[in-house]
Amino acid sequence: MSVSEYRDILQAFLENRPVIGEALAALAMLEARGIPQEEGPRERWDHALILNLIPEGASVLDLGCGDGSLLASLRDTKKSFIQGVERDLERVLQCVSRGVPVIQADLDEGLRGFTDKSFDFVVLEETLQTVYKPGVVVKDMTRVGRKCIVSFPNFGHWRVRLQLYADGRMPVTPILPYTWHSTPNIRLLTIRDFKEWCGELGVTIEAAYAYADGECRPLVDIDNLLAEEALFVISKD
Amino acid sequence: MSDPLNALVGKSVRKHDPPDSPRSVGYVEPHRVRLADENNPLPLDCGSLFFPVDVEYEVFGELSPKRDNAILILHALSGDAHVAGWYRDPEALGRPWYKDRPGWWDSMVGPGKAFDTTKYFIICSNVLGSCYGTTGPTSINPATGKPYGLTFPVVTVGDWVRLQERLITHLGIEKLLAVAGGSIGGQQAIEWGLAFPDRLKASIVLAASPSLSAQGLAFNAVARHAIRTDPNFQDGLYDNSHAPEKGLGVARMIGHITYLSEISMERKFGRRLRNRKEPGFHFDVDFEVESYLIHQARSFSERFDANSYLYMTKAMDYYDASLNWGDGDLTKAASRARCAWLVVSFTSDWLYTPAQCKEWVNALCANRLPVTYVNIESSYGHDAFLLEVDTISRLISDFLEGVAAK
Repeated sequence: MSVSEYRDILQAFLENRPVIGEALAALAMLEARGIPQEEGPRERWDHALILNLIPEGASVLDLGCGDGSLLASLRDTKKSFIQGVERDLERVLQCVSRGVPVIQADLDEGLRGFTDKSFDFVVLEETLQTVYKPGVVVKDMTRVGRKCIVSFPNFGHWRVRLQLYADGRMPVTPILPYTWHSTPNIRLLTIRDFKEWCGELGVTIEAAYAYADGECRPLVDIDNLLAEEALFVISKD
Repeated sequence: MSDPLNALVGKSVRKHDPPDSPRSVGYVEPHRVRLADENNPLPLDCGSLFFPVDVEYEVFGELSPKRDNAILILHALSGDAHVAGWYRDPEALGRPWYKDRPGWWDSMVGPGKAFDTTKYFIICSNVLGSCYGTTGPTSINPATGKPYGLTFPVVTVGDWVRLQERLITHLGIEKLLAVAGGSIGGQQAIEWGLAFPDRLKASIVLAASPSLSAQGLAFNAVARHAIRTDPNFQDGLYDNSHAPEKGLGVARMIGHITYLSEISMERKFGRRLRNRKEPGFHFDVDFEVESYLIHQARSFSERFDANSYLYMTKAMDYYDASLNWGDGDLTKAASRARCAWLVVSFTSDWLYTPAQCKEWVNALCANRLPVTYVNIESSYGHDAFLLEVDTISRLISDFLEGVAAK
């Protein structure tokens, strides 16, 4: 950790008084060696946002589309032309039962079949951190989509930093609920990392949103510390 | 494809639904209709206008008043129109092998099954050039009064599909809910989507690619060579008491090797010896796998015609969706399609590999057509399309429901 990041944390503690209580609670939990458990499926905050961002009639390709619920909503409310890609068989079958067309494939193999700019939107929801070749995936999705939506958990969140800092172990939080050896999240990144990386890839950031303390809002600088998750709209000519 | 029963490993054999089971369509019988005659001959890809053509088909379930629930099932290399249910008197039909078994896809077609006969009207017909009721090389050529033999024209998947289109028109169906098939049946499903894009809502393609690989062509070449070099073959003019059974048997053995996989053979037979513990030091049947292949060869020779095998494999070899509809460009060919697609491959299939099946998926994607593709983890090889019943059933019944709802 750099000096400036320590400063970030301290600043947060000073500026965001309510955070302190949570931080202490987190520490207490760590001391008790308790691991926060997910209770049922978490509300997908990004679904609602994506449904707002995508205009009626747009074509949407969802990479890592899970059970197809986002695509089914887009089809039903926005009359979108939809297509999903998913690796896991059980989830693929769930998509089929929703009537969502889905291709079982590994995103790391690229999107060979799809032609340039053939979709209005390509969505990569909470999936970037799970792929082996994020560079291949983002380059290919910006090739296929006119606009792309990428959301991911922010490893720069204060709770994550605090656990790593205070306990010296890989963090286990409600957003990142896995142990280091069981996590599908193999490419952990922060909001700052993502912004810099977009610059390296020549990708334009058109909009950015943060999810923090149970609500969604436009992203601001301090969100690298405060946002649990982030969502970017990006594009590349 | 092989017989699903023989292809299964030991105890995992699925029990047949007897004719009185609520999951069986019960007793059924084949129908026959003339679909090409002198005034309305069938144009073939080889250039000739062919007649007369009779087609054997079976139907299950009921056609809805709107005529919008019909599904055409397309059989593979050695299949027939008898896709489900039981024959009351198989001997009288000249099909004694159906005495103790139902139709070849009975696990998938019936009340409450993937192709649910309480919801859908299911049609299956025998293809042109086969030997199960539809006109083929064993049929009598009216011009000569003798069987066609090798004077029968070389037929293609395209010809088959054109003939099937005549059948559904004859049955009063404007638009099929779906077509579905595995292996060369899957290639017919691809061809349907391209030849008659407005006559179907969905196409289900199992274990099939838009063309056979060079390795597949090679296996078929050896199979035909075995038949044609059998001394009994007599340029196809054999009579049934002296049929080229040895050659046809070898062809079937080669086929069976391509339908299984290394791992399924290992699990099913391993290196076990047949009825002995020590090697026999002779050239009779020694190994279990040897015994299995010989059994397959014998039973197949009793139920299939050698000339038909030549015609069927040739149709399989010639099929190339990209040449038929895209001047060699598969993406261009796929641009004709209008229907929804379900493409399924199997990880251990080495006749139509997942990578080859995926080529069709990619061609559809490139045209931004809705496609569902599933690559099912299976050790059964090519035969998996007949054996992975649970996963495929769930997939197909859900897929059809989605298509029917649109």
